[in-house]
Amino acid sequence: MNNFIEVQQAEMVFTTKKGRFHALRDINLTVAKGEFVTLIGHSGCGKSTLLNLIAGLTLPTAGVLLCDSKEINAPGPERAVVFQNHSLLPWLTCFDNVHLAVERVFGATENKAQLAARTEAALALVGMSHALHKRPHEVSGGMKQRVGIARALAMEPKVLLMDEPFGALDALTRAHLQDELLKIVARTRSTVVMVTHDVDEAVLLSDRIVMLSNGPAATIGEILRVDLARPRNRVALAEDAGYIHCRKAVLDFLYTRHGHVEQAA
Amino acid sequence: MVSAVFHSPLEAAVEPGHAAKPALAAPALPQPSPAKPPRQPMDWRGLALKLLPPIFGLVLLVGLWALATMNSTAFPTPAKTFDAAVKLFADPFYRKGPNDQGIGWNILFSLQRVALGFGLAALVGIPLGFMIGRFEFLNRMVSPLISLLKPVSPLAWLPIGLLVFKSANPAAIWTIFICSIWPMVVNTAVGVQRVPADYLNVARVLNLSEWKIMTRILFPAVLPYMLTGVRLSVGTAWLVIVAAEMLTGGVGIGFWVWDEWNNLNVAHIIIAIFVIGIVGLLLEQLLMAVAARFSFDD
Repeated sequence: MNNFIEVQQAEMVFTTKKGRFHALRDINLTVAKGEFVTLIGHSGCGKSTLLNLIAGLTLPTAGVLLCDSKEINAPGPERAVVFQNHSLLPWLTCFDNVHLAVERVFGATENKAQLAARTEAALALVGMSHALHKRPHEVSGGMKQRVGIARALAMEPKVLLMDEPFGALDALTRAHLQDELLKIVARTRSTVVMVTHDVDEAVLLSDRIVMLSNGPAATIGEILRVDLARPRNRVALAEDAGYIHCRKAVLDFLYTRHGHVEQAA
Repeated sequence: MVSAVFHSPLEAAVEPGHAAKPALAAPALPQPSPAKPPRQPMDWRGLALKLLPPIFGLVLLVGLWALATMNSTAFPTPAKTFDAAVKLFADPFYRKGPNDQGIGWNILFSLQRVALGFGLAALVGIPLGFMIGRFEFLNRMVSPLISLLKPVSPLAWLPIGLLVFKSANPAAIWTIFICSIWPMVVNTAVGVQRVPADYLNVARVLNLSEWKIMTRILFPAVLPYMLTGVRLSVGTAWLVIVAAEMLTGGVGIGFWVWDEWNNLNVAHIIIAIFVIGIVGLLLEQLLMAVAARFSFDD
């Protein structure tokens, strides 16, 4: 099960009104089952594009993507996505937003009580049991993102794909949700691919950090293995030599070797 | 952004006075005991600020009217018009033959025509709008036709209706139909096109069925736009019915206006203008209330 997700020679070219835009080239990546991988790079480097390819929301111009040895040619509930801006449906309550996903995945095999129990369990997992019947606009940004994560987790996906899930949150809420996510992932043993632009977030959460070079025609510049013991504690890690080394390596890649965004673009 | 569509200028104008009132009203309060939560006092100032300007406007209108008609014999004064209205509304539902019926009947017949024409337009226009919004090919096919037909005056459609249906009543309903269909088609189509891509991506990731996409995502997302279209359509329909009935005759508020003109009963014409305005206002308010009920905050 070492190659749970496989990306082979993926290339992405967008055809827009302004002409062709070469976003990604020569992407080769494998993710093992239960692994936590982050994609990091400057904005516009195509990290979200790569995530969308794995999600199946866009199809590659060339190359092949596999998930569990099957070709990825469409989105599906086994590859759940947590979107950057939560993407909850504003006319449904938190419960109904999650239930929509649960019903789709388990509706054929389980009865109503079981589906409701699953929904409640998923919301309990992210600490949102108190707001089951509130609508998204009645809860805070961090809570919306929790519900988004609950919706993804409730589907019991093979892979959890997260597109800068905490990008829009304040630093304290973000740290809190990162800790929660670490606990949830440890408990559910999920395979996670996360897009981020936050170096600390990447080092804290990841088993491996995939660093993308600057676009256009971005590719994987370097992959860093983060060999820090789990469970990880952000306060203890702040002075940990391994943590500081990883952090330095990512910063070095992003700012020393690929820092000139304008020049490259 | 979506709910902003329903804000009437009136509401917006009232808002500042409304917002300012708690601070201004506070000193007049008797000190409430700290244990009990203070009871909200009757907000006389806010109420006055809400009610006084419209009343002043109305008084001004009637005053100018009274001033202008002081020495006129052809044009009735407000007092005369009011007397006529009292008489008219004393028995709104009398029937003395096909061409002499109470004003209540006239309004109801007009509303019935509007309901029929508008209802048919909604039945055709809303699904058509959904399809235009969902399928780009259809959009490009139909859009030029809509742009061509939308600005046509309602009364230009009347002869076509008369020709096809060979009868006045269906022709009037047809005119309502054709004029009130466009806002619903266009607004629904725009609503479908503006459904945020994120919501559709959620649908794709969850792999929802077409039925679920329709009922859980498209319909709720489009509803506010659709209701704006419906509101515009009802307004148009009520505008058109008066003109159409003047030409087709029968029982209806538009024909009644024309009939009273032939009788040279100007007071009744002025009453009819007020009645038409009030009914239109009520229709609009009704739909605004429906729209407010179904709009959502993002």
